[in-house]
Order: sequence, then C-alpha cells, then structure tokens
Amino acid sequence: MQQLEILAREAAELAEGRVVPAGSALPVERQSGAESEAEVDRIMKICNACRYCEGFCAVFPAMTRRLEFGKADIHYLANLCHNCGACLHACQYAPPHEFAVNVPQAMAKVRARTYSDYAWPSGFGALYRNNGLTVALALAAGIALFLVLALVMQGGLFHAPVAGDFYSVFPHNLLVSMFAPVFLIAVLALGIGVARFWREVSPGTVDVLSGAAVAETTQDVLRLKYLDGGHGGGCPNADDANTLLRRRFHHLTFYGFMLCFAATSVATLYHYVFGWEAPYDLSSLPVVLGTVGGIGLLIGPAGLFWLNLKRHPEHGDAAQKPMDRGFIALLFLTSLTGLALLAGRDSGAMGLLLAIHLGVVMALFLTMPYGKFGHGFYRSAALLKWAIEKRRPNPVGVGSE
Amino acid sequence: MKHEANRTVDVLVIGGGNAALCAALVAREAGASVLLLEAAPRAWRGGNSSHTRNLRCMHDAPQDVLTEVYPEEEFWQDLKKVTGGITDEKLARLAIRESSTCRDWMRKHGVHFQPSLSGTLHLSRTNAFFMGGGKALVNAYYRSAEALGVRIRYDAPVDRLELDNGTFCAAWVGTERIAARACVMASGGFESNREWLREAWGQNADGEWPADNFAIRGTRFNRGVLLKFMMEAGADMVGDPSQSHCVAVDARAPLYDGGICTRIDCVSLGIVVNRHAQRFYDEGEDFWPKRYAIWGRLVAQQPGQVGYSIIDAKASGRFMPPVFPGAQADTLEGLARQLGLDEAAFVRTVRDYNAACRVGRFDHTVLDDCHTEGLAPAKTHWALPIDTPPFRGYALKPGITFTYLGLKVNERSAVHFGGRPSHNLFVAGEMMAGNVLGKGYTAGVGMTIGTAFGRLAGAHAAAAALQQGVEHAAA
Ligand SMILES: Cc1cc2nc3c(=O)[nH]c(=O)nc-3n(C[C@H](O)[C@H](O)[C@H](O)COP(=O)(O)OP(=O)(O)OC[C@H]3O[C@@H](n4cnc5c(N)ncnc54)[C@H](O)[C@@H]3O)c2cc1C
Ligand code: SF4
Ligand code: SF4
Repeated sequence: MQQLEILAREAAELAEGRVVPAGSALPVERQSGAESEAEVDRIMKICNACRYCEGFCAVFPAMTRRLEFGKADIHYLANLCHNCGACLHACQYAPPHEFAVNVPQAMAKVRARTYSDYAWPSGFGALYRNNGLTVALALAAGIALFLVLALVMQGGLFHAPVAGDFYSVFPHNLLVSMFAPVFLIAVLALGIGVARFWREVSPGTVDVLSGAAVAETTQDVLRLKYLDGGHGGGCPNADDANTLLRRRFHHLTFYGFMLCFAATSVATLYHYVFGWEAPYDLSSLPVVLGTVGGIGLLIGPAGLFWLNLKRHPEHGDAAQKPMDRGFIALLFLTSLTGLALLAGRDSGAMGLLLAIHLGVVMALFLTMPYGKFGHGFYRSAALLKWAIEKRRPNPVGVGSE
Repeated sequence: MKHEANRTVDVLVIGGGNAALCAALVAREAGASVLLLEAAPRAWRGGNSSHTRNLRCMHDAPQDVLTEVYPEEEFWQDLKKVTGGITDEKLARLAIRESSTCRDWMRKHGVHFQPSLSGTLHLSRTNAFFMGGGKALVNAYYRSAEALGVRIRYDAPVDRLELDNGTFCAAWVGTERIAARACVMASGGFESNREWLREAWGQNADGEWPADNFAIRGTRFNRGVLLKFMMEAGADMVGDPSQSHCVAVDARAPLYDGGICTRIDCVSLGIVVNRHAQRFYDEGEDFWPKRYAIWGRLVAQQPGQVGYSIIDAKASGRFMPPVFPGAQADTLEGLARQLGLDEAAFVRTVRDYNAACRVGRFDHTVLDDCHTEGLAPAKTHWALPIDTPPFRGYALKPGITFTYLGLKVNERSAVHFGGRPSHNLFVAGEMMAGNVLGKGYTAGVGMTIGTAFGRLAGAHAAAAALQQGVEHAAA
C-alpha cells in the first residue's frame, strides 16, 4: 500500500513537473536494496566481534580491516563471498539463535543487487531480477530465429546430407555478422558493469597493481581457492559435511567452457589466417578441443545442477535459484547441442541441429551480461581488490582483546 | 526408538558437548556400542563447547598452527599460577601431556585448525584455534560419531541415574530407563540453573539477588541436574560451589548463548563507573587478557549489577569492535543522559579523573607510565583524560561462563564415592574440570581438560563395559 502511495505521489509530482528527489525514482527496489545492505552491515558487526570464521575465506580477513561497513564495503564483501556455506554451519549465532546470522544468505541477496545495479545499460539490470524468464525467452528467441532462418534460406529443415558443411546451411559471413556484434556488445556491457563495480568499491584509491596481487588473484580464480573450505577439504552442500564436488564440477564447467571457446577461436584462426574452412576432421584441433570441452561442459553443469537441487535451503538466496539453474541449463544445452551437431553433422538433420545449437549459443551470448555468467567477473574483481588490499598495512589497529 | 530401552548398550554417554563426544568416539573406536544422550534438540546441540574457539596445547617444537614452544613445565606453572595452587598436579600433568598429542586424533575426526585469530596474537604460541570455532568442531565430531555407528539421541535430558553401591546400572530420561554396562557423564556445569546460581551468589546488603541479573554466556541446557543428583547420591565433589567464571558483557547480551561476541574490550582504555557514576576499580591494573575475567565479579558487586565502560574518541579502533553500538554523545552531560546516569555526578567523576591523569608516553602494548595521582581508586596504566568527543559508553553486566563445582576423579576419570572409585561410572569435561582448575582460568584450558578426560573416560568406560560381559547388565 505504502509503495503504491509513493508511486502515486511521484506520478503526480512528475505530472506537475516537480523535481523528483534523487534516489526516490525506484522506491521499491532501492528500499529492498538498502534492507539487504543493512542486513549485511548488522551481520558483519556481529562477525567482527566474533571472528571465528577467519580461516574459511577472504571475507572475514577483509572484514577485520574495517570497523564500519559502508555501501561500497558491503558490495565488495558480498562479491568476495563464494556462498560456500562453511560459515553458516559453523556459526554459533545461526538461526534459531536470536542473532540469526546467515552470512552466505545476506551476501547473496546483496550480490544479486550489485549485478543489477551495476549492469549496463542501467535499465537492463531488471533482467537479472527475472532471470529464469530472461534465459527462457532468450533461448526461445534464439532457436526460433535460426529455425526460421533455416526455413527461409533452405526452404525446409531437412536436407540431403552435406558432409558437415555448415556454411551450406548458414553462410559463414551471415553467422559472423550475427554473432560477432552480439558477442562484442555482451563483453562490452559486462566490462562496463564490472568497471562500475570496481570504481564503487575502490573509490578514489590509486590501487597499486602489483604483479604478486595479480598472480594471486589469477590463482584464486583458476583454482577456485575459496571453495576449498579454507582447509582443502571442500565446503558444505546438503548439510555440514564438506565436499569438493562443487569445486570439481565448477572446474569441469569452467575449463569445459574455456576449451569450447578455444575450439571456436582456433577455428576462427583457421578460417581467416589459413583459409581452412569447416568442417574439420575429427582429429583436428578445433574438433578435439570442442569435444573434450563439450564433455566437461556436460558433466560440470549436470553436477552443479544436481548439487543445486540438494543444496541446503539456508545457503544463499532461494530467489536466485532460477538464475542459477537457468544459467546451468543454458551451459548444458550449449554443450549438448554442440555435441549432437558433431554427431549428426553428416546426416540430413544437420541443418536442424545447427539451427538449434546456434540458437542456444545466441541465447548464451545475449544473456551473458545480465545473468549468472557475470558472477565470475564480479567475483574476480573482488578477489583482485582483496589481493591488493591485503598487501597494505591493516588500517584498523585493534589491539589485543 | 522405543526398543532401545530394552537393548543394553556397552557405553552410555550423557551430554553432547566436547567431552561427551570425545568419550563417545574413543569408546566406539575401542569396539564398544555407544549411545549418546544430548538434552538439547539438534539445533542447539554441543553445549558450551560450540562457543569455544581454541584449546591450550603443550608442544616442544613449533607445530602447524602453533608458534615456538610451550613445554609441559611452563603449562603446569601457568596452571598453578591461575589456580593459586588449587589443582591436582598428577591430573593436571595428565591433561597437559594429552594436549600435546590429541590434535592428530582430533584431525582424524574432522576438526581443522587455524592460526590464532586477529586480535589474539598473544595466544599464537599456546593455543590451537579451531577453524570456524567450536561449533565446527562439534559438527565434525557428531558427523564422525554417526559414521562410526554411535547412536545419538537429541531431546534426551537425563534426570537421574540408577546406582548400586557405586556401580552404574541405568539412566532415566523421564519415564524411560536406559541401561548400560558403563557410563560417562559429561553434561557440563550448573551455570544455566538460575535457582542454583541465585543460591550460590546469595543476597547482597541491599537485598538484591545479584545472579538474577546475570547473562549466561553459553547454553541454556547445562542445568547441573546430574551434578546435583551425584552430590545427593554421595559422590565425592571438588571445587567451590559458590564460584563461577564471570566476565563483563554488554548489558544487552541475550540471556543465553551470547557467546564471545558480547564481550566489551575497552575497559582498560577508559574508565568504568557504576550506577551512581562512581569508579570502583583500577581499570588499568594489567593487560586486558589477564584482567577481563575479574570484571564480571566486580560488576556483580555493584548496585544493580551494572557498570558503564566510558571511552572517548581516542580509544576508538584500539579494541576489538563491540557487537552493539555504544551510547554516543558529544558532551559528557549528553552521554550521562543517554546512559541514565546522574549528570552532575558523572561529569564530576570524569573531571576528577581527568585532573588526576599524569600522562607520559601512552602505549597500550606495555604497562605504560600514564597513571593517576591522588585518585581513589587509582588507574595505574593507560590513564588518558576523557576529553575528546564523541564520548561513548557501554553498559555492562556479569556474564557467567562456567561453574567450578565438579566430581572428584582419578587418572581414569572415575567417579568416587567415599574415596573409592566406581568401576563403571566416569565423568568428563566441565563436570570434573574443578580437579585441575579449582579456580581461575587460562584461555583454552577448558577444552584441554574436556578433550583429555573425555578420551580417558571413554577408553576406560569401554574397557569396563567390554570386560564385564553381559550378566551384569541385567542389574
Ligand atoms: C562463550 C564461551 C567461550 C568459551 N571459550 C572457550 C575456549 O575458547 N577454549 C576453552 O578451552 N574453553 C572455552 N570455554 C569453556 C568451554 O566451553 C568448556 O570448558 C567446555 O566446553 C566444556 O565441555 P563439556 O563437554 O564439559 O560441556 P558442554 O560443552 O557445555 O556440554 C554439556 C552438554 O551436556 C548436555 N546436558 C546438560 N545436562 C544434561 C542432561 N541432564 N542430560 C543430557 N545432556 C545434558 C548439554 O546439552 C551439553 O550438550 C568457553 C565457554 C563459553 C561459555
Ligand atoms: S559467521 Fe558466526 S561464527 Fe562465523 S564469524 Fe560470523 S558470527 Fe562468528
Ligand atoms: S559462505 Fe563461505 S565464502 Fe561466503 S563468507 Fe561464508 S565462509 Fe566465506
């Protein structure tokens, strides 16, 4: 009711041409954003007086360098948190305790806000909030687009086998002119979002980018250090038992994706530099990279999906499950349709398989800056900030308790 | 679960904290069937152990998370000092030696260690910290116990035991009788038994019952039911029943389970006044880690069992951040108003103190030369005038950590009746810590004692149960 009233008042004010005070344009969203930030602030103050979880991850050592938690600190810490769950099961103040400390949940709620708040163009941040729907729509649109294209250009979905000659279905130049801009815009949008985030969490500081800090961040990202529980035994999933599965499946997904990406890059090189056109041999580098990567990108997301289903309900933010699962499903489908295309490339269904695969890849590109894909970039930025900041003297010189 | 009452287990463990779990794990490892009864529901399992963060360990060389060395003799001297000699050297040395070897066993059952936490550098040599704290330790032990086949029942508070001339026969949970060949009691002290605390602390000259205003820093389930039962059953006791470990915590701390984070660590950086805005003790007597445990009692002796720790802006950032924000004002009068203190009296106390400060070179890391002159009580170190706004104040109340009363044991951790050890009834943890720690405290020694005697009790209970065969269980 109150929100309605605010909206009505603002509408009236706008209509009368009065200036709307800054910050009130999005009363509902802003408010819930402030609430989730206030919750992190409340919890960090408890943790800072306790500190038992210092060994699990970077969040707690970063916390001890602060006495107050401003918006920027909160956004930074939220993205530093890997939602591993260790500190929830270990917390002496977790529900049903009246302090109701749930660090991963509070952090996840803010994290989702940061993705949408820093998104570029700004209005597109809303896509995060209905991410399940966003992904589904992008997927439907992508596949439909290529099916229609196939119909228009070929006059039908099936054709006589063309021995894997994709370009007989969709000319190479057409594909490049469709995917290259979308990909570049996606990368740009994501880049701007992360840059905005970086500027907010490191205001006015001239960060000394030491080689050591970069090297450490690279390691932390590539090894997914903070899913190891701080002791190497992994982190909780369904209950307080530690497991390395989340880290492993994540690695399969990430490296699988990177191999697929490498396959495409090598193929692009072949095409433009050497003038070698697809289809490539089964033993050729692009096909081998794509196949190995594709298998990783099948097992990884499948495993992550399974873990996500079994995940302890108090971990993270339940409202974000559609985003997580949508993204996992999209990665899985990318790989599945890619491998199916490889298997069926000599058959008459190649055109159909190709259209579906391209549609899925298009959906992945389209949603890249407005979906779970971004988490890796924001988190890497937060890790880099941590690697820089930990090399400086601690500004908070609290003596011995 | 009904049939359990009829099937005799080898070892019954009563309690669900560190000592109980150590006993259960060792007894199970020795081949005994084990049933563990925890009074709390699952969500609150683990007793005070889930609020701990470290245990004190002897070591003759640097180890993973422990720096330098901490030899047996030094550990023993530390214990002798803090207890004022109220300890049993044989038992103390037993626990100390155990502490040098128990950590591999702890790791085997899933406990992880980490270097001393920020702000606890002074413990990096002597204390091994649990990664994630005591609740992570307790979780790991329960998980390991379940995997080994220890049966665990929550919501199972034991009301009394059935004893036959010093021999354990069965335990009663409500109307359910649970027989076992041997038993380990590890159900903590009586710190959450309000009536008993009331009785122990008595009534003061103003007619107040100080204990009514205490916070219990740990679990609400340590009600001392078995301590009382054993006392009445004629078991030999140790420890002063009127004593408890008592620190000053934020007056807004919850009644139970406030744990570590409600501690207020700025006492030595300012002054502490009572409800009448008067100082009552030397805030700068010694380093805070050595003094924090006397302030609970000091505050308990003040009217209303309340104190107010007062600092100015100079102190901010120099102590562990408190969990709740303090009252804050730009004038002393304003702060007094917020804290509900008499303004004139408060301002006078601060002015008198400020005027008495002889400031030399302030250094919080040494016993510095900043002190008061001609003030009673004096502040002997770190005495800086309270003159830089904003001023801050934190209301304090006493928080009970644990009680000292316990059951007398020998090196097998057996319960004694009239000087004679029981052959199948053992006790571990807080319930017998008074044998080693008759008074005082030094960080981490509670878990050292609980781990050492928990393991001993578990091993001897298993031995007693397995040798004994089945006939006795019919008793
Ligand atoms: C806030 C706080 C911090 C502390 N920090 C440290 C530290 O860092 N290091 C350290 O060494 N010590 C510390 N201590 C002391 C430490 O908690 C105790 O020494 C230790 O936990 C005792 O272990 P225990 O198993 O005997 O008792 P507890 O862990 O308290 O376990 C007692 C168990 O018995 C159960 N129980 C009680 N009555 C019954 C009944 N009738 N039937 C069945 N079950 C029952 C309880 O539910 C509980 O599970 C701390 C204490 C507190 C309160
Ligand atoms: S999560 Fe809980 S146990 Fe961990 S540091 Fe925070 S308050 Fe302490
Ligand atoms: S959930 Fe894991 S990563 Fe996040 S703060 Fe807790 S321990 Fe750190």
